[in-house]
Amino acid sequence: MKTITVNIVTPDGPVYDSEVSMVIAVTATGEMGVLPGHIPTVAPLGIGAVRLKKENSTELVAVSGGFLEIRPEKVTILAQSAETATEIDLARAQESAKRAEALLQARKDEIDYKRAELALKRAMNRINVYEGNI
Amino acid sequence: MASLRDIKTRITSTKKTSQITKAMQMVSASKLNKAEMSAKAFVPYMEKIQDVVASIAAGSSDVSNPMMMARPVKKTAYLVITSDRGLVGGYNSNILRTVMAKINERHTSSDEFVILSVGRKGRDFFAKKGYNIIESSIGLPDHPAFADIKEITRKAVGMFADGTYDEVYMYYNHYVSAISQEVTEKKVLPLTDIQPTGSTASYEFDPSAEAILEVLLPQYAESLIFGALLDGKASEHAASMTAMKSATDNASELIGDLTLVYNRARQAAITQEITEIVGGAAALE
Repeated sequence: MKTITVNIVTPDGPVYDSEVSMVIAVTATGEMGVLPGHIPTVAPLGIGAVRLKKENSTELVAVSGGFLEIRPEKVTILAQSAETATEIDLARAQESAKRAEALLQARKDEIDYKRAELALKRAMNRINVYEGNI
Repeated sequence: MASLRDIKTRITSTKKTSQITKAMQMVSASKLNKAEMSAKAFVPYMEKIQDVVASIAAGSSDVSNPMMMARPVKKTAYLVITSDRGLVGGYNSNILRTVMAKINERHTSSDEFVILSVGRKGRDFFAKKGYNIIESSIGLPDHPAFADIKEITRKAVGMFADGTYDEVYMYYNHYVSAISQEVTEKKVLPLTDIQPTGSTASYEFDPSAEAILEVLLPQYAESLIFGALLDGKASEHAASMTAMKSATDNASELIGDLTLVYNRARQAAITQEITEIVGGAAALE
């Protein structure tokens, strides 16, 4: 089976580096599946889970902010933050989800509202990845 | 001449001080090690993002983004990275001196520029001068993660985007080696010169090059600032290590001198005592 190298890099250092058979990421325009031999592409990433399919398993990585650089034999994901399922601090994610929800309820001004929405999205994404239900 | 006991007290207190500076030196050394590692961990991210930005910018000349356009400068922002505490030798004063020289050279009135300061020393310095500090961040951890500094980078880039100022210069100490750090000036925004680091491939863009630049350029500018912060932190630890090392060296030199004085004084006292005994005995005969 053909494989493609995946590198996930954040400003705090590399997070993931492995050979997989397929990468599925959430980009700004929708979900994108990448197989080995893909045409060179750049796409911005949304907040979501990157699914890394191996022969008979799937790994999940929660990413937020950044972009995806695809070359035929290599995929590089540059994210402002990225965590594999085992690295996620569930308690912290739940905490920040609660905080964001409280902020959304309070509904102060536009900017705060947007930021709370994004924070909630990131927290939910982490929780989902941790629990593995994507 | 100081009494024996006075000298003894001075020796003890200098020894205690040198123990502290020695400990601080070792703490800084280990922090420097860690800071170097996080600076290294950041390199792949920076190179990649630079590659992609450069290849987009080079590949499509008609692509324009406000962040890449130089505009008439009405206001300049100076982002100055200093440390929170002292005991770091010339680390802070070098930066502040350079910034002051540049400001005096470029501007005639303090309305023409604003200061963004990272670190307590810089903030206090500019506040004393009465400059307009629109953003300051203190209490950064010794090994900042990207999440810790997101707030200040986001604001720095955001205020350029909304026209609060028209260019951003950044000042920090570049880490050359453990004994040498260089004050560096870097123009962060607008992003007029993006140099490719390696081979640039031509890409497909999804959805479009413009849309990607819009997302990418703020992130690029933010990572430039983050890189400088990491560099600055490494320099801070290195400067602190060097300063503490020379303090320890000075202390041990001082202890050596004082011990010599102490021994002389002790010997003089003994000699005097013997002379007195001998003189006393001679008088009895």
